[in-house]
Amino acid sequence: MIVKQEPTVKEIKNTYDVYKIREDFPILKIKIRNKPLCYLDNAATTQKPQQVLDTLNKYYTSMNSNIHRGVHYLSGVATDAYEEARIKVKNFINAKSGKEIIFTRGTTESINLVANSFGRSNVKEGDEIIISNMEHHSNIVPWQFLCNEKKAKLKIIPIDDNGEIIFDEFLNLISDKTKLISVVYVSNSLGTVNPVKEIIEAAHKNNIPVLLDAAQSVNHLPVNVQKLDCEFLAFSGHKLYGPTGIGVLYAKEEILKTMPPFMGGGDMISKVTFEETTFNELPFKFEAGTSNIAGAIGLGSAIDYVTSKGIDKIANHEADLLEYATVRLKEVPGLKIIGNARQKSAVISFIFDNIHPHDIGTFLDYEGVAIRTGHHCTQPLMQRYNIAATSRASFGLYNTIEEVDILVDSVKRVIEVFNA
Amino acid sequence: MLDPELRELYQQVILDHNKSPRNFKKLETANRTAEGYNPLCGDKINIFVDVEKDIVKDISFQGSGCAISKASASLMSTVVKGKSIEEAKKIFEKFHDLITGKLDEDESIEELGKLAVLAGVKEFPIRVKCASLAWHTMLSALKNEDKTVTTE
Ligand SMILES: Cc1ncc(COP(=O)(O)O)c(C=O)c1O
Repeated sequence: MIVKQEPTVKEIKNTYDVYKIREDFPILKIKIRNKPLCYLDNAATTQKPQQVLDTLNKYYTSMNSNIHRGVHYLSGVATDAYEEARIKVKNFINAKSGKEIIFTRGTTESINLVANSFGRSNVKEGDEIIISNMEHHSNIVPWQFLCNEKKAKLKIIPIDDNGEIIFDEFLNLISDKTKLISVVYVSNSLGTVNPVKEIIEAAHKNNIPVLLDAAQSVNHLPVNVQKLDCEFLAFSGHKLYGPTGIGVLYAKEEILKTMPPFMGGGDMISKVTFEETTFNELPFKFEAGTSNIAGAIGLGSAIDYVTSKGIDKIANHEADLLEYATVRLKEVPGLKIIGNARQKSAVISFIFDNIHPHDIGTFLDYEGVAIRTGHHCTQPLMQRYNIAATSRASFGLYNTIEEVDILVDSVKRVIEVFNA
Repeated sequence: MLDPELRELYQQVILDHNKSPRNFKKLETANRTAEGYNPLCGDKINIFVDVEKDIVKDISFQGSGCAISKASASLMSTVVKGKSIEEAKKIFEKFHDLITGKLDEDESIEELGKLAVLAGVKEFPIRVKCASLAWHTMLSALKNEDKTVTTE
């Protein structure tokens, strides 16, 4: 029985014209083996709207030069555009000041920056760092490096079968040895939206700083760092409809001031002699070398795009897609959804007992459907569920109800072949 | 209608072996074992062999993987049983040429016997690792290397 939720479909069309939005994304017009592209791998990376592509083109055709250095005209233009992008980021996540916005290569580099700078100067032998069982490898491995070096301990918040953090167990892990809590805001494999506000409150009662991995959050829900009151927040531009190779580390200014630089080089200094170097002011102290200038400006443009569509409306649209996809996928015999948290973002992981995710991925590819199959860089999470891999459909602001139907129908056809 | 390329990859024989793999168990008499791992997809395979005087007397496997890797392991177990270690190595070289598209269609495909059903893999370079994991693991078991083999 197909349960088509007609009212939901209409609601979406009334408040949010997804078909018009799709026009902004040239890649969505391409065909894969003569089938329209049905792109459902947005948690891996998102497609870019024409507005972002135009911005990149404009930068390279009329502004390209190095920033913060030249006295010539173009250098001034590029510097202004780069700094304007920083302010766009600041406003987007409601930071207090542009000094709190550091451009990095992405979430991974942002977390590594904190581990190397804050971590190495604050964590000592016997100290502890808390992460959760659903972290992306990028929020595990940097802490392992740090803990190995400092003989510190990594503590893991357990999760329940639905994919929610077990909050009491989290509270039990906190001690006077805890130096940092670093958790994913929205899980890329399960879709779980973690109770980060409560986590931060509990941490602050014990004077512990918190880092949020917001790679899957800024694109799906409104993020307000002052309201959250987190010390650090990391995200990537390419998951927010912006270019690859650019990301952000937000950190409270008072903490950044106490942190040593992460990398040394140009731009991060104010004076260098062979005996001594004094560092540049914030945020430049943490941006050694020539930055991804085009990327930052492109990210600014992506933020303009998302803001113009309205992050609340995007969140509503994606919530409808998630609800509809959940109902429809449950029709499929033998399909089991991994991750049934009460608060979920538009990500659905699923498995079958007798069909491997890679086979599903290959079949769906022939229907033009792009999903991700594998461990999604969350191997400890897979071990928690005692599985090697899942198939994951993840939605973005341009996906439609019709695409959910294509996904479900394609999955059903795989079942027919395998169960024949 | 299934795409012909897809049908070529997922032939009925492969689907059958996936559904009911042969020699899918732990071999109690095994004197050599090895574990194979594909970090890309998290697939794992354990190979058990009973070798006597350079002959593979018996072989079995366990693990989880996609239809291609499971069928390949299952077919492999039926093919190398009774063969010498040298022969097993030679068959793998041929088989590897087959799935990477280096083998002329008519040249000696017969020698590969039922393994030829995996020829469709050559159109899917990403899946070559799936088809060869069991083989690499078996060869490691035959060398009696007690370590995890990875496809990377
Ligand atoms: C939750 C989460 N954290 C971190 C990352 C790493 O992001 P990047 O590869 O852009 O550094 C990802 C991306 O896959 C992610 O989904």
